[in-house]
Amino acid sequence: MSKLEARDVNLFFGAHQALKNISLQMEKHTVTALIGPSGCGKSTFLRLFNRMNDLHNDMRLSGTILVDNKNIYQRSADVDALRKKVGMVFQKPNPFPKSIFENVAYGLRINGVRNKNYIEERVTRSLQQASLWDDVKDNLNRPALQLSYGQQQRLCIARALAVEPSVLLMDEPTSALDPASASTIEELIYELKIKYTIVVVTHNMQQAARVSDRTAFFYLGELVEYDETKIIFTHPTHQRTQNYVTGRFG
Amino acid sequence: MSKKLMQAVMFTLFRLLSLMVVCILFSIVGFIAYRGLAVLRPQFITGLPENGMTEGGIFPAIVGTLCLMTGSLLIAFPVGLLSGIYVSEFAPDNRLKRFIQIMTNSLAGTPSIIFGLFGMALFVNQLGFGDSILAGSLTLAILVLPVIIRSTEESLNAVNPAIRQASYALGATRWQTVYRALLPLALPDILSGLLVSFSRVSGETAPILFTVAAYYLPRMPSSVYDQVMALPYHLYVLSTSGTDPEATRSMAYGTALLLILIVLFFNVLTVLVRRLLSKYVNIK
Ligand SMILES: Nc1ncnc2c1ncn2[C@@H]1O[C@H](COP(=O)(O)OP(=O)(O)OP(=O)(O)O)[C@@H](O)[C@H]1O
Ligand SMILES: [Mg+2]
Repeated sequence: MSKLEARDVNLFFGAHQALKNISLQMEKHTVTALIGPSGCGKSTFLRLFNRMNDLHNDMRLSGTILVDNKNIYQRSADVDALRKKVGMVFQKPNPFPKSIFENVAYGLRINGVRNKNYIEERVTRSLQQASLWDDVKDNLNRPALQLSYGQQQRLCIARALAVEPSVLLMDEPTSALDPASASTIEELIYELKIKYTIVVVTHNMQQAARVSDRTAFFYLGELVEYDETKIIFTHPTHQRTQNYVTGRFG
Repeated sequence: MSKKLMQAVMFTLFRLLSLMVVCILFSIVGFIAYRGLAVLRPQFITGLPENGMTEGGIFPAIVGTLCLMTGSLLIAFPVGLLSGIYVSEFAPDNRLKRFIQIMTNSLAGTPSIIFGLFGMALFVNQLGFGDSILAGSLTLAILVLPVIIRSTEESLNAVNPAIRQASYALGATRWQTVYRALLPLALPDILSGLLVSFSRVSGETAPILFTVAAYYLPRMPSSVYDQVMALPYHLYVLSTSGTDPEATRSMAYGTALLLILIVLFFNVLTVLVRRLLSKYVNIK
Protein backbone atom coordinates (compact mmCIF):
# COMPACT_ATOMS: atom_id res chain seq x y z
CA MET A 1 0.00 0.00 0.00
CA SER A 2 1.42 3.37 -0.98
CA LYS A 3 1.42 6.34 1.36
CA LEU A 4 0.32 8.97 -1.16
CA GLU A 5 -1.50 8.39 -4.38
CA ALA A 6 -3.04 10.45 -7.18
CA ARG A 7 -5.44 8.77 -9.60
CA ASP A 8 -6.49 10.39 -12.87
CA VAL A 9 -6.23 13.87 -11.44
CA ASN A 10 -7.32 16.86 -13.51
CA LEU A 11 -7.23 20.27 -11.93
CA PHE A 12 -8.50 23.60 -13.24
CA PHE A 13 -8.07 27.16 -12.05
CA GLY A 14 -11.04 28.78 -13.78
CA ALA A 15 -10.62 27.84 -17.45
CA HIS A 16 -6.91 27.08 -17.11
CA GLN A 17 -6.04 23.41 -16.72
CA ALA A 18 -3.05 23.22 -14.39
CA LEU A 19 -2.86 19.40 -14.04
CA LYS A 20 -3.69 16.92 -16.79
CA ASN A 21 -4.65 13.37 -16.04
CA ILE A 22 -2.01 12.61 -13.46
CA SER A 23 -1.58 9.27 -11.72
CA LEU A 24 1.31 8.63 -9.38
CA GLN A 25 2.10 6.65 -6.23
CA MET A 26 4.57 7.49 -3.47
CA GLU A 27 5.78 4.94 -0.96
CA LYS A 28 6.23 5.32 2.76
CA HIS A 29 9.57 6.66 4.02
CA THR A 30 10.78 7.77 0.63
CA VAL A 31 11.75 11.15 -0.75
CA THR A 32 10.10 12.07 -4.02
CA ALA A 33 11.38 15.02 -6.02
CA LEU A 34 9.04 16.98 -8.30
CA ILE A 35 10.92 18.72 -11.10
CA GLY A 36 10.01 20.63 -14.24
CA PRO A 37 10.05 24.09 -15.76
CA SER A 38 8.34 27.01 -14.04
CA GLY A 39 4.54 26.94 -14.24
CA CYS A 40 4.30 23.22 -15.06
CA GLY A 41 2.16 22.49 -12.00
CA LYS A 42 4.61 21.17 -9.38
CA SER A 43 3.38 23.36 -6.56
CA THR A 44 -0.23 22.78 -7.52
CA PHE A 45 0.34 19.03 -7.48
CA LEU A 46 2.13 19.20 -4.14
CA ARG A 47 -0.64 21.26 -2.56
CA LEU A 48 -3.23 18.67 -3.53
CA PHE A 49 -2.07 16.48 -0.69
CA ASN A 50 -2.83 18.96 2.10
CA ARG A 51 -5.70 20.59 0.23
CA MET A 52 -4.04 23.99 0.19
CA ASN A 53 -5.40 24.59 -3.32
CA ASP A 54 -8.83 24.80 -1.68
CA LEU A 55 -7.98 28.35 -0.66
CA HIS A 56 -8.48 29.40 -4.30
CA ASN A 57 -12.19 29.44 -4.90
CA ASP A 58 -11.98 28.97 -8.68
CA MET A 59 -10.28 25.58 -8.29
CA ARG A 60 -12.01 22.52 -9.79
CA LEU A 61 -10.75 19.00 -9.36
CA SER A 62 -11.56 15.57 -10.74
CA GLY A 63 -9.95 12.26 -9.91
CA THR A 64 -8.91 10.83 -6.57
CA ILE A 65 -6.21 11.73 -4.06
CA LEU A 66 -5.43 9.13 -1.44
CA VAL A 67 -3.44 9.56 1.75
CA ASP A 68 -3.04 6.29 3.68
CA ASN A 69 -5.53 4.84 1.21
CA LYS A 70 -8.24 7.31 2.20
CA ASN A 71 -9.81 9.72 -0.24
CA ILE A 72 -9.01 13.10 1.25
CA TYR A 73 -11.41 15.00 -0.99
CA GLN A 74 -14.55 13.10 -0.09
CA ARG A 75 -17.31 15.11 1.49
CA SER A 76 -16.81 13.75 5.00
CA ALA A 77 -13.04 14.36 5.00
CA ASP A 78 -11.67 16.48 7.86
CA VAL A 79 -9.35 19.02 6.25
CA ASP A 80 -7.85 20.31 9.51
CA ALA A 81 -7.00 16.77 10.61
CA LEU A 82 -5.47 16.09 7.20
CA ARG A 83 -3.20 19.13 7.51
CA LYS A 84 -1.96 17.91 10.87
CA LYS A 85 -0.99 14.65 9.26
CA VAL A 86 0.48 16.24 6.14
CA GLY A 87 2.85 19.06 7.09
CA MET A 88 4.15 21.71 4.72
CA VAL A 89 7.26 23.83 4.36
CA PHE A 90 7.09 26.82 2.03
CA GLN A 91 9.54 28.35 -0.40
CA LYS A 92 10.10 31.45 1.70
CA PRO A 93 10.54 30.96 5.43
CA ASN A 94 7.30 32.20 7.00
CA PRO A 95 7.64 32.08 10.78
CA PHE A 96 4.98 33.83 12.84
CA PRO A 97 6.16 37.08 14.39
CA LYS A 98 6.25 35.34 17.76
CA SER A 99 9.03 33.82 19.81
CA ILE A 100 10.93 30.75 18.64
CA PHE A 101 9.16 28.70 21.27
CA GLU A 102 5.69 29.93 20.36
CA ASN A 103 6.31 29.25 16.69
CA VAL A 104 6.99 25.59 17.31
CA ALA A 105 4.24 25.34 19.94
CA TYR A 106 1.63 26.88 17.62
CA GLY A 107 0.49 23.61 16.10
CA LEU A 108 0.18 22.00 19.52
CA ARG A 109 -1.77 24.89 20.96
CA ILE A 110 -4.30 24.93 18.15
CA ASN A 111 -4.76 21.21 18.79
CA GLY A 112 -5.79 22.02 22.32
CA VAL A 113 -2.64 20.68 24.00
CA ARG A 114 -2.40 22.31 27.43
CA ASN A 115 0.19 20.18 29.20
CA LYS A 116 3.21 22.47 29.61
CA ASN A 117 5.75 19.71 30.04
CA TYR A 118 4.54 17.93 26.97
CA ILE A 119 4.65 21.13 24.92
CA GLU A 120 8.20 21.85 26.07
CA GLU A 121 9.25 18.32 25.26
CA ARG A 122 7.76 18.47 21.77
CA VAL A 123 9.32 21.88 21.09
CA THR A 124 12.75 20.66 22.15
CA ARG A 125 12.44 17.44 20.19
CA SER A 126 11.23 19.21 17.04
CA LEU A 127 14.01 21.78 17.19
CA GLN A 128 16.51 18.93 17.56
CA GLN A 129 15.03 17.08 14.61
CA ALA A 130 15.28 20.22 12.51
CA SER A 131 18.95 20.65 13.63
CA LEU A 132 18.15 24.04 15.05
CA TRP A 133 18.37 23.18 18.73
CA ASP A 134 22.05 24.00 19.19
CA ASP A 135 21.58 27.40 17.54
CA VAL A 136 18.68 28.51 19.72
CA LYS A 137 18.70 26.51 22.95
CA ASP A 138 20.12 29.43 24.97
CA ASN A 139 17.06 31.57 24.46
CA LEU A 140 13.87 30.17 23.03
CA ASN A 141 12.04 33.40 23.81
CA ARG A 142 13.89 35.36 21.15
CA PRO A 143 11.70 36.68 18.33
CA ALA A 144 11.79 34.21 15.46
CA LEU A 145 12.30 37.03 12.98
CA GLN A 146 15.73 37.71 14.47
CA LEU A 147 17.00 34.38 13.16
CA SER A 148 18.89 34.16 9.89
CA TYR A 149 16.98 33.09 6.79
CA GLY A 150 18.36 29.56 6.92
CA GLN A 151 17.57 29.25 10.61
CA GLN A 152 14.06 30.54 9.98
CA GLN A 153 13.52 27.83 7.40
CA ARG A 154 14.68 25.17 9.86
CA LEU A 155 12.33 26.72 12.40
CA CYS A 156 9.50 26.28 9.91
CA ILE A 157 10.49 22.65 9.54
CA ALA A 158 10.50 22.25 13.33
CA ARG A 159 7.10 23.92 13.46
CA ALA A 160 5.75 21.43 10.95
CA LEU A 161 7.29 18.47 12.79
CA ALA A 162 5.89 19.48 16.18
CA VAL A 163 2.41 18.18 15.41
CA GLU A 164 3.90 14.80 14.45
CA PRO A 165 2.85 14.56 10.83
CA SER A 166 3.70 11.50 8.79
CA VAL A 167 4.12 13.36 5.50
CA LEU A 168 6.19 16.46 4.80
CA LEU A 169 5.53 18.53 1.69
CA MET A 170 8.33 20.94 0.79
CA ASP A 171 7.93 23.53 -1.95
CA GLU A 172 11.41 24.66 -3.01
CA PRO A 173 12.54 24.75 0.62
CA THR A 174 16.07 25.90 -0.17
CA SER A 175 15.62 28.23 -3.12
CA ALA A 176 15.64 31.36 -0.92
CA LEU A 177 18.68 30.23 1.08
CA ASP A 178 22.45 30.52 0.84
CA PRO A 179 24.36 27.37 -0.24
CA ALA A 180 25.48 26.43 3.29
CA SER A 181 21.96 26.66 4.74
CA ALA A 182 20.64 24.81 1.72
CA SER A 183 22.97 21.88 2.24
CA THR A 184 22.06 21.74 5.95
CA ILE A 185 18.45 21.34 4.92
CA GLU A 186 19.32 18.74 2.31
CA GLU A 187 21.06 16.66 4.98
CA LEU A 188 18.01 17.14 7.14
CA ILE A 189 15.70 15.82 4.44
CA TYR A 190 17.93 12.79 4.15
CA GLU A 191 17.68 12.10 7.89
CA LEU A 192 13.98 12.81 8.15
CA LYS A 193 12.95 10.23 5.61
CA ILE A 194 13.54 7.50 8.19
CA LYS A 195 10.37 8.68 9.90
CA TYR A 196 8.51 10.66 7.28
CA THR A 197 7.34 10.45 3.73
CA ILE A 198 8.71 13.50 1.96
CA VAL A 199 7.77 15.21 -1.28
CA VAL A 200 10.04 18.02 -2.36
CA VAL A 201 9.67 20.44 -5.27
CA THR A 202 13.00 21.69 -6.56
CA HIS A 203 14.56 23.54 -9.45
CA ASN A 204 17.98 22.33 -8.44
CA MET A 205 18.86 19.15 -10.35
CA GLN A 206 21.82 18.30 -8.12
CA GLN A 207 19.54 18.60 -5.12
CA ALA A 208 16.93 16.31 -6.64
CA ALA A 209 19.65 13.79 -7.50
CA ARG A 210 21.16 13.98 -4.01
CA VAL A 211 18.11 13.76 -1.77
CA SER A 212 15.40 11.87 -3.61
CA ASP A 213 14.64 8.20 -4.18
CA ARG A 214 12.24 8.83 -7.01
CA THR A 215 11.74 11.79 -9.30
CA ALA A 216 8.69 12.99 -11.21
CA PHE A 217 9.18 15.22 -14.21
CA PHE A 218 6.27 17.54 -15.02
CA TYR A 219 5.81 19.48 -18.21
CA LEU A 220 2.88 21.83 -18.98
CA GLY A 221 0.63 20.18 -16.42
CA GLU A 222 1.44 16.65 -17.52
CA LEU A 223 3.48 14.02 -15.77
CA VAL A 224 6.04 13.12 -18.40
CA GLU A 225 8.03 10.58 -16.48
CA TYR A 226 8.21 9.13 -13.00
CA ASP A 227 10.89 6.70 -11.99
CA GLU A 228 13.80 6.03 -9.70
CA THR A 229 15.93 9.14 -9.44
CA LYS A 230 18.99 7.28 -10.72
CA ILE A 231 17.18 6.30 -13.88
CA ILE A 232 15.67 9.75 -14.46
CA PHE A 233 19.12 11.29 -14.27
CA THR A 234 21.06 8.67 -16.21
CA HIS A 235 18.86 7.17 -18.90
CA PRO A 236 15.31 8.51 -18.87
CA THR A 237 12.79 7.13 -21.34
CA HIS A 238 11.72 10.49 -22.75
CA GLN A 239 13.87 12.88 -24.74
CA ARG A 240 12.19 15.80 -22.99
CA THR A 241 13.24 14.53 -19.56
CA GLN A 242 16.75 14.02 -20.84
CA ASN A 243 16.89 17.58 -22.15
CA TYR A 244 15.55 19.03 -18.92
CA VAL A 245 17.80 17.21 -16.47
CA THR A 246 20.86 17.92 -18.55
CA GLY A 247 19.94 21.60 -18.63
CA ARG A 248 19.26 21.88 -22.34
CA PHE A 249 15.99 23.73 -21.67
CA GLY A 250 13.98 24.90 -18.75
CA MET B 1 16.26 71.28 -17.83
CA SER B 2 18.56 68.67 -16.36
CA LYS B 3 17.09 65.72 -14.52
CA LYS B 4 18.76 66.74 -11.29
CA LEU B 5 17.44 70.31 -11.44
CA MET B 6 13.96 69.03 -12.26
CA GLN B 7 14.06 66.75 -9.25
CA ALA B 8 15.23 69.56 -6.99
CA VAL B 9 12.44 71.84 -8.21
CA MET B 10 9.78 69.16 -7.71
CA PHE B 11 11.01 68.25 -4.25
CA THR B 12 11.02 71.87 -3.18
CA LEU B 13 7.49 72.25 -4.52
CA PHE B 14 6.27 69.20 -2.60
CA ARG B 15 8.00 70.35 0.52
CA LEU B 16 6.40 73.79 0.28
CA LEU B 17 2.98 72.31 -0.32
CA SER B 18 3.14 69.97 2.65
CA LEU B 19 4.50 72.82 4.73
CA MET B 20 1.49 74.84 3.69
CA VAL B 21 -0.93 72.12 4.82
CA VAL B 22 0.82 71.94 8.17
CA CYS B 23 0.64 75.73 8.46
CA ILE B 24 -3.09 75.77 7.78
CA LEU B 25 -3.66 73.10 10.41
CA PHE B 26 -1.56 74.92 12.94
CA SER B 27 -3.25 78.25 12.29
CA ILE B 28 -6.69 76.71 12.84
CA VAL B 29 -5.67 75.11 16.11
CA GLY B 30 -3.64 78.19 17.05
CA PHE B 31 -6.52 80.53 16.38
CA ILE B 32 -8.94 78.48 18.44
CA ALA B 33 -6.42 78.08 21.23
CA TYR B 34 -5.73 81.81 21.18
CA ARG B 35 -9.40 82.70 21.46
CA GLY B 36 -10.40 79.84 23.74
CA LEU B 37 -7.51 79.46 26.16
CA ALA B 38 -8.61 82.44 28.25
CA VAL B 39 -11.95 80.85 29.19
CA LEU B 40 -10.54 77.35 29.67
CA ARG B 41 -10.34 77.58 33.45
CA PRO B 42 -11.18 74.80 35.89
CA GLN B 43 -14.63 76.26 36.60
CA PHE B 44 -15.36 76.28 32.88
CA ILE B 45 -14.62 72.59 32.66
CA THR B 46 -16.27 71.46 35.87
CA GLY B 47 -19.06 74.02 36.19
CA LEU B 48 -22.69 74.05 35.07
CA PRO B 49 -23.93 76.58 32.54
CA GLU B 50 -25.45 79.63 34.21
CA ASN B 51 -27.38 82.74 33.38
CA GLY B 52 -28.88 81.57 30.09
CA MET B 53 -25.60 79.83 29.19
CA THR B 54 -23.75 83.14 29.02
CA GLU B 55 -21.73 82.26 32.09
CA GLY B 56 -20.57 79.22 34.00
CA GLY B 57 -19.14 76.04 32.52
CA ILE B 58 -19.84 73.24 30.10
CA PHE B 59 -19.46 70.19 32.35
CA PRO B 60 -22.78 68.57 31.34
CA ALA B 61 -21.80 68.76 27.68
CA ILE B 62 -18.44 67.13 28.38
CA VAL B 63 -20.10 64.32 30.29
CA GLY B 64 -22.71 63.97 27.56
CA THR B 65 -20.13 63.67 24.81
CA LEU B 66 -18.07 61.15 26.81
CA CYS B 67 -21.26 59.11 27.39
CA LEU B 68 -22.05 59.13 23.68
CA MET B 69 -18.50 58.20 22.70
CA THR B 70 -18.43 55.31 25.13
CA GLY B 71 -21.93 54.14 24.32
CA SER B 72 -21.55 54.22 20.56
CA LEU B 73 -18.18 52.48 20.56
CA LEU B 74 -19.33 49.79 23.00
CA ILE B 75 -21.93 48.98 20.37
CA ALA B 76 -19.98 49.68 17.19
CA PHE B 77 -16.62 48.13 18.03
CA PRO B 78 -17.66 44.52 18.68
CA VAL B 79 -20.19 44.53 15.85
CA GLY B 80 -17.78 46.21 13.43
CA LEU B 81 -14.86 43.98 14.41
CA LEU B 82 -16.84 40.78 13.94
CA SER B 83 -18.34 41.98 10.66
CA GLY B 84 -14.92 42.98 9.38
CA ILE B 85 -13.51 39.59 10.34
CA TYR B 86 -16.42 37.88 8.65
CA VAL B 87 -16.08 39.80 5.41
CA SER B 88 -12.31 39.39 5.30
CA GLU B 89 -11.84 35.79 6.46
CA PHE B 90 -15.09 33.87 6.31
CA ALA B 91 -17.35 35.20 3.56
CA PRO B 92 -16.92 33.23 0.34
CA ASP B 93 -15.44 35.43 -2.38
CA ASN B 94 -18.63 35.91 -4.39
CA ARG B 95 -21.13 38.56 -5.48
CA LEU B 96 -22.74 38.78 -2.06
CA LYS B 97 -19.40 39.67 -0.51
CA ARG B 98 -18.74 42.36 -3.09
CA PHE B 99 -22.26 43.68 -2.57
CA ILE B 100 -21.64 43.92 1.18
CA GLN B 101 -18.36 45.75 0.52
CA ILE B 102 -20.01 48.24 -1.83
CA MET B 103 -22.83 48.85 0.64
CA THR B 104 -20.37 49.36 3.48
CA ASN B 105 -18.47 51.89 1.39
CA SER B 106 -21.55 53.85 0.44
CA LEU B 107 -22.71 53.81 4.03
CA ALA B 108 -19.36 55.32 5.02
CA GLY B 109 -19.95 58.14 2.55
CA THR B 110 -23.55 58.92 3.52
CA PRO B 111 -24.12 62.42 4.95
CA SER B 112 -24.49 62.20 8.70
CA ILE B 113 -27.81 64.05 8.82
CA ILE B 114 -29.36 61.02 7.08
CA PHE B 115 -28.25 58.87 9.99
CA GLY B 116 -29.79 61.42 12.32
CA LEU B 117 -33.16 61.18 10.58
CA PHE B 118 -32.96 57.40 10.47
CA GLY B 119 -32.03 57.23 14.15
CA MET B 120 -34.92 59.46 15.05
CA ALA B 121 -37.39 57.38 13.06
CA LEU B 122 -36.15 54.02 14.32
CA PHE B 123 -34.73 54.44 17.81
CA VAL B 124 -36.52 57.52 19.11
CA ASN B 125 -39.97 56.89 17.68
CA GLN B 126 -40.40 53.32 16.46
CA LEU B 127 -38.55 51.60 19.30
CA GLY B 128 -39.69 54.24 21.76
CA PHE B 129 -36.30 55.07 23.31
CA GLY B 130 -37.17 58.75 23.12
CA ASP B 131 -34.45 61.40 22.95
CA SER B 132 -31.85 59.50 24.94
CA ILE B 133 -28.23 58.43 25.28
CA LEU B 134 -29.31 55.02 24.02
CA ALA B 135 -30.90 56.38 20.85
CA GLY B 136 -27.97 58.76 20.25
CA SER B 137 -25.34 56.09 20.83
CA LEU B 138 -27.08 53.65 18.52
CA THR B 139 -27.30 56.30 15.81
CA LEU B 140 -23.64 57.23 16.18
CA ALA B 141 -22.74 53.54 16.24
CA ILE B 142 -24.38 52.99 12.87
CA LEU B 143 -22.56 56.04 11.58
CA VAL B 144 -19.10 54.71 12.44
CA LEU B 145 -19.81 51.03 11.85
CA PRO B 146 -18.71 51.13 8.20
CA VAL B 147 -15.44 52.80 9.18
CA ILE B 148 -14.67 50.09 11.73
CA ILE B 149 -15.69 47.29 9.36
CA ARG B 150 -13.50 48.67 6.58
CA SER B 151 -10.49 49.22 8.79
CA THR B 152 -10.78 45.74 10.30
CA GLU B 153 -11.10 44.18 6.88
CA GLU B 154 -8.20 46.14 5.45
CA SER B 155 -5.95 45.48 8.44
CA LEU B 156 -6.55 41.74 8.13
CA ASN B 157 -5.98 41.81 4.39
CA ALA B 158 -2.73 43.65 4.94
CA VAL B 159 -1.27 40.77 6.97
CA ASN B 160 1.29 38.85 4.90
CA PRO B 161 -0.61 35.99 3.20
CA ALA B 162 2.25 33.64 4.05
CA ILE B 163 1.25 33.88 7.71
CA ARG B 164 -2.29 32.80 6.89
CA GLN B 165 -0.98 29.89 4.82
CA ALA B 166 1.42 28.81 7.55
CA SER B 167 -1.42 28.67 10.02
CA TYR B 168 -3.79 26.75 7.75
CA ALA B 169 -1.02 24.34 6.78
CA LEU B 170 -0.65 23.39 10.46
CA GLY B 171 -4.29 22.39 10.61
CA ALA B 172 -5.63 25.55 12.23
CA THR B 173 -9.30 26.31 11.65
CA ARG B 174 -10.31 29.64 10.22
CA TRP B 175 -11.22 31.02 13.59
CA GLN B 176 -7.95 29.83 15.16
CA THR B 177 -6.06 31.44 12.31
CA VAL B 178 -7.88 34.73 12.81
CA TYR B 179 -7.60 34.67 16.54
CA ARG B 180 -4.04 33.42 17.00
CA ALA B 181 -2.16 34.46 13.90
CA LEU B 182 -3.91 37.36 12.18
CA LEU B 183 -5.61 39.48 14.85
CA PRO B 184 -2.46 40.10 16.92
CA LEU B 185 -0.78 41.40 13.78
CA ALA B 186 -3.74 43.42 12.60
CA LEU B 187 -4.64 44.87 15.98
CA PRO B 188 -2.49 48.03 15.81
CA ASP B 189 -4.13 48.97 12.50
CA ILE B 190 -7.59 48.09 13.75
CA LEU B 191 -6.97 50.39 16.70
CA SER B 192 -6.14 53.25 14.37
CA GLY B 193 -9.49 52.74 12.70
CA LEU B 194 -11.10 52.81 16.10
CA LEU B 195 -9.43 56.13 16.83
CA VAL B 196 -10.82 57.68 13.66
CA SER B 197 -14.27 56.57 14.78
CA PHE B 198 -13.70 57.94 18.25
CA SER B 199 -12.78 61.36 16.91
CA ARG B 200 -15.66 61.28 14.47
CA VAL B 201 -18.19 60.40 17.18
CA SER B 202 -16.96 63.16 19.45
CA GLY B 203 -17.47 65.82 16.79
CA GLU B 204 -20.67 64.78 14.98
CA THR B 205 -23.63 67.09 15.44
CA ALA B 206 -26.26 66.04 12.92
CA PRO B 207 -26.84 62.48 14.17
CA ILE B 208 -27.40 63.59 17.76
CA LEU B 209 -29.54 66.59 16.91
CA PHE B 210 -32.81 64.63 16.79
CA THR B 211 -31.84 61.67 18.93
CA VAL B 212 -30.25 62.84 22.17
CA ALA B 213 -28.84 66.33 22.32
CA ALA B 214 -30.40 68.72 24.80
CA TYR B 215 -30.35 72.49 24.26
CA TYR B 216 -29.96 73.17 27.94
CA LEU B 217 -29.90 70.52 30.65
CA PRO B 218 -27.70 71.45 33.60
CA ARG B 219 -27.64 68.08 35.34
CA MET B 220 -26.00 64.67 35.01
CA PRO B 221 -27.74 61.78 33.23
CA SER B 222 -28.90 59.01 35.54
CA SER B 223 -29.72 56.34 32.96
CA VAL B 224 -29.28 55.56 29.26
CA TYR B 225 -32.82 56.83 28.69
CA ASP B 226 -31.82 60.37 29.69
CA GLN B 227 -31.08 63.20 27.32
CA VAL B 228 -27.69 64.89 27.57
CA MET B 229 -25.98 68.00 26.31
CA ALA B 230 -23.07 67.37 23.95
CA LEU B 231 -20.03 69.43 23.03
CA PRO B 232 -20.53 69.85 19.28
CA TYR B 233 -24.20 70.76 19.66
CA HIS B 234 -23.41 73.06 22.54
CA LEU B 235 -20.82 74.74 20.37
CA TYR B 236 -23.45 75.28 17.71
CA VAL B 237 -25.90 76.65 20.27
CA LEU B 238 -23.37 79.02 21.80
CA SER B 239 -22.26 80.46 18.50
CA THR B 240 -25.59 80.79 16.68
CA SER B 241 -28.77 80.26 18.62
CA GLY B 242 -27.94 80.92 22.23
CA THR B 243 -29.47 83.68 24.26
CA ASP B 244 -26.65 86.04 23.38
CA PRO B 245 -24.20 84.73 20.76
CA GLU B 246 -21.97 87.80 20.98
CA ALA B 247 -21.53 87.41 24.73
CA THR B 248 -20.82 83.68 24.48
CA ARG B 249 -18.35 83.89 21.60
CA SER B 250 -15.34 83.22 23.79
CA MET B 251 -17.13 80.34 25.52
CA ALA B 252 -17.73 78.86 22.08
CA TYR B 253 -14.01 78.98 21.39
CA GLY B 254 -13.32 77.39 24.75
CA THR B 255 -15.72 74.57 23.90
CA ALA B 256 -14.12 74.10 20.51
CA LEU B 257 -10.69 73.98 22.08
CA LEU B 258 -11.80 71.34 24.54
CA LEU B 259 -13.24 69.24 21.73
CA ILE B 260 -9.92 69.45 19.92
CA LEU B 261 -8.08 68.49 23.08
CA ILE B 262 -10.30 65.43 23.57
CA VAL B 263 -9.60 64.28 20.01
CA LEU B 264 -5.91 64.96 20.49
CA PHE B 265 -5.88 63.00 23.71
CA PHE B 266 -7.31 59.91 22.01
CA ASN B 267 -4.85 60.31 19.16
CA VAL B 268 -1.91 60.30 21.51
CA LEU B 269 -3.39 57.44 23.50
CA THR B 270 -3.78 55.34 20.38
CA VAL B 271 -0.24 56.01 19.22
CA LEU B 272 1.03 54.88 22.62
CA VAL B 273 -1.14 51.77 22.75
CA ARG B 274 -0.21 50.97 19.17
CA ARG B 275 3.47 51.19 19.93
CA LEU B 276 3.12 49.02 23.00
CA LEU B 277 1.09 46.46 21.10
CA SER B 278 3.46 46.11 18.16
CA LYS B 279 6.32 45.58 20.56
CA TYR B 280 4.37 42.89 22.36
CA VAL B 281 3.28 41.23 19.13
CA ASN B 282 6.84 40.95 17.88
CA ILE B 283 8.06 39.18 20.95
CA LYS B 284 5.27 37.00 22.26
N1 LIG C 1 -4.72 30.47 -8.04
C1 LIG C 1 -4.46 30.28 -9.35
N2 LIG C 1 -5.33 30.76 -10.26
C2 LIG C 1 -5.10 30.59 -11.58
N3 LIG C 1 -4.04 29.95 -12.09
C3 LIG C 1 -3.13 29.46 -11.22
C4 LIG C 1 -3.30 29.58 -9.80
N4 LIG C 1 -2.24 29.00 -9.20
C5 LIG C 1 -1.47 28.51 -10.19
N5 LIG C 1 -1.99 28.78 -11.41
C6 LIG C 1 -1.45 28.37 -12.72
O1 LIG C 1 -1.27 26.99 -12.71
C7 LIG C 1 -0.07 26.62 -13.35
C8 LIG C 1 0.79 25.81 -12.41
O2 LIG C 1 1.25 26.62 -11.36
P1 LIG C 1 2.26 26.09 -10.24
O3 LIG C 1 2.39 27.14 -9.25
O4 LIG C 1 1.79 24.76 -9.78
O5 LIG C 1 3.60 25.93 -11.09
P2 LIG C 1 5.05 25.47 -10.57
O6 LIG C 1 5.42 24.30 -11.39
O7 LIG C 1 5.06 25.33 -9.10
O8 LIG C 1 5.92 26.71 -11.01
P3 LIG C 1 7.20 27.34 -10.25
O9 LIG C 1 8.32 26.43 -10.53
O10 LIG C 1 7.37 28.66 -10.92
O11 LIG C 1 6.86 27.44 -8.80
C9 LIG C 1 0.59 27.91 -13.80
O12 LIG C 1 0.31 28.10 -15.17
C10 LIG C 1 -0.08 28.97 -12.97
O13 LIG C 1 -0.16 30.18 -13.68
MG1 LIG D 1 5.94 26.43 -7.47
